[in-house]
Amino acid sequence: MPTKVEKDSITGRMTTGHEWDGLKELNTPLPKWWLYTFYACIAFAVVWMVVYPAIPMTGARGLTGWTARGAIGPELEAERAKQEPMLAKLRAATPAEIAADPELRAYAMAGGRIAFANNCAGCHGAGGQGATGGFPSLADDDWLYGGSYESIHTTIEHGVRNGTDSDARGIAMPRFLADGLLKPAEVADVAEYVLSLNGRSTDAAAAGRGETLFAENCVSCHGEKGEGNRDMGAPRLSDQVWLYGGDKASLVQSISYSRAGVMPAWGSRLDPAVINMLTVYVHSLGGGE
Amino acid sequence: MAVAGYADPATGHAPVQDFEMVEAPVRAFAIATVFWGVVGFLAGVVIASQLAWPLLNLDLEWTTFGRLRPVHTSAVIFAFGGNAMLCTSLYVVQRTCRARLFGGEDMGWFLFWGYQFFIVTAALGYVLGVTQGKEYAEPEWYVDLFLTVVWVAYLVAFGGTILRRQEPHIYVANWFYLAFIITVAMLHLVNNAALPVGGGVGKSYIAWSGVQDAMIQWWYGHNAVGFFLTAGFLGMMYYFIPKQAERPVYSYRLSIVHFWTLIFLYIWAGPHHLHYTALPDWAQTLGMVFSVMLWMPSWGGMINGLMTLSGAWDKLRTNPALRFSVTAVGFYAMATFEGPVMSIKAVNSLSHYTDWTIGHVHSGALGWNGFITFGAMYYLFPKLWKKTGLYSEKLVSWHFWLATLGIVFYITAMWVSGIMQGLMWRAYDELGFLQYSFVETVAAMHPYYVIRMLGGLLYLSGALIMVYNLWMTVRSEALAEAAPAAQPAFAAAAAE
Repeated sequence: MPTKVEKDSITGRMTTGHEWDGLKELNTPLPKWWLYTFYACIAFAVVWMVVYPAIPMTGARGLTGWTARGAIGPELEAERAKQEPMLAKLRAATPAEIAADPELRAYAMAGGRIAFANNCAGCHGAGGQGATGGFPSLADDDWLYGGSYESIHTTIEHGVRNGTDSDARGIAMPRFLADGLLKPAEVADVAEYVLSLNGRSTDAAAAGRGETLFAENCVSCHGEKGEGNRDMGAPRLSDQVWLYGGDKASLVQSISYSRAGVMPAWGSRLDPAVINMLTVYVHSLGGGE
Repeated sequence: MAVAGYADPATGHAPVQDFEMVEAPVRAFAIATVFWGVVGFLAGVVIASQLAWPLLNLDLEWTTFGRLRPVHTSAVIFAFGGNAMLCTSLYVVQRTCRARLFGGEDMGWFLFWGYQFFIVTAALGYVLGVTQGKEYAEPEWYVDLFLTVVWVAYLVAFGGTILRRQEPHIYVANWFYLAFIITVAMLHLVNNAALPVGGGVGKSYIAWSGVQDAMIQWWYGHNAVGFFLTAGFLGMMYYFIPKQAERPVYSYRLSIVHFWTLIFLYIWAGPHHLHYTALPDWAQTLGMVFSVMLWMPSWGGMINGLMTLSGAWDKLRTNPALRFSVTAVGFYAMATFEGPVMSIKAVNSLSHYTDWTIGHVHSGALGWNGFITFGAMYYLFPKLWKKTGLYSEKLVSWHFWLATLGIVFYITAMWVSGIMQGLMWRAYDELGFLQYSFVETVAAMHPYYVIRMLGGLLYLSGALIMVYNLWMTVRSEALAEAAPAAQPAFAAAAAE
């Protein structure tokens, strides 16, 4: 089909003579700035490919010898070297000694804060306030395994019931209903007795029956008056602090099916200096002994 | 409805429509475009709200962010964008080739229902937790296979129409549409190569593994942007902007050069999504430099879009639909400059994994893809339903300003939040400890997430105004063309 080249009256450009559905096109040359910027980008690309690794599969590095790993390694090393003198001191000292030394303590609090925020806060809360569902508060004086520097250090290093560390804390509480040790009515009685330990029982007869059952089944870990036992991590039952809820339904659930919170063994993941810093930091949150 | 009259002997041109266009499926695609647009924008507002207020996950597996996010991305890219591409490409190819769609009305309806079925089965999978876990390629193998059938039919219909054309040359819009159809087919097949595990479950394992899988995924992901959201929509731009401006395309030569450089360079730029990962350094370098070289080829489309308005800039005042199309090109220019900048490794080390990327994507998606589609729909609805114009130009203006304001809210919030996030992640205190924990960076982003949600809400409100306007246009008796079958515009031209 013949084409007809026309002059566009507005721009003065010629058309190409093509037309589709009324659409035409001008035969404007490539804008110079566009073309030269394109060439400049190509030139940049060529230079970059000479300077940096760009040849597939050969391991060739380009003129600078730069590699991503080669670039980041020394940078991280330099940062580590700056911290190393302090970290060495923090490894050598016990948490108690760190806390007693103003310089070490200040450093440990700074390092412990961010280590806690990135590793611990997910379960224990940003301020160590804990959460219902088995995440203990670290900011009060109610400790499952003890709030001394040494106890806190051991808990962080070995964790709780994690199955990966043979020194992990925690023993398994029996599942009194599920394992057939108590009948449903007996579980309810024990729960009523536990309520009575902090004055919340509403059924004296049931609590009385429960006292006998409690003495037979629970005191070896939780103590005669439910005062708890830190060697076993058995929580105190005579206060108002409850890991899994202190209402009767929660208690029945706990007695029937047991509870077994877990915590990773951080000793295998973090530098001993970081564990020490965390210990000092956690000790400072409010409940340190 | 073949209208008498062939090539005008005086001009050699053929202004008269001498073939019967397949229009009913194109109308259906236009409705689907608008429908899925609203669905996609709504899903976006919902998941943006979930990020600001996690409670809105509702604690149900089907309504969590993780499942609704692909519903949003697929609804806007594949449902809204895909229907817009099918709608406009089938309309444009017939008119610019002066040929009836290959396969006729039946082919049109097969493509329509096939494509809608793909969208619905894919979305059902996302909500029920059936996913390949590949971004923008979440649908499992059975959906992929079905889409392949539909897509091959699309290629046959589109290519067949071009082969049947009565014009000596192929119009530039069709080059871009064809590049889009062919490349998307290739990307889809390679990235989804998978072995189903059988047993009647929708689970499969991808043929590629490790860093090769990552590379192929981002070769796919980047070119989904390059060929779906860029090349395909450039095809749309090359038809609707000259039509709305009633001006010739600025430069034929530029269209050739930027077409070939764009499609040649785009396909190599994927590795910039994997900077500072296990991907070998040489691939990262190539991904970066190809992205930098891509800047001007992308801008060639911007120049041709904007400069086509030479001598017609005044139409921006009187034609709000054209305002959409032209602003779209502006956002296109911005996003295609920002992209190469973000691909530079030093910039990427700050921007990667932050909200900056989200902002970048949305300046392209909301500004470019959304606006160019709105412009095309405002042009197409009166044409397809044989009306003399839109129900209300004023409502188009309302849509325009609400949507523009929404985009500004969205992208500025994401720029601020993204850069802040990147800086917080890398901040060290004087002792060499990280300044912020991850969760502190999340908490810091909350206000920006709220602003982003508001931006999305504005954009959605604009789209709802469009729905009302287009609905009233279609329903209006007063706007009906005098003699729908007579094609007055063409008849007048033939009479000259």
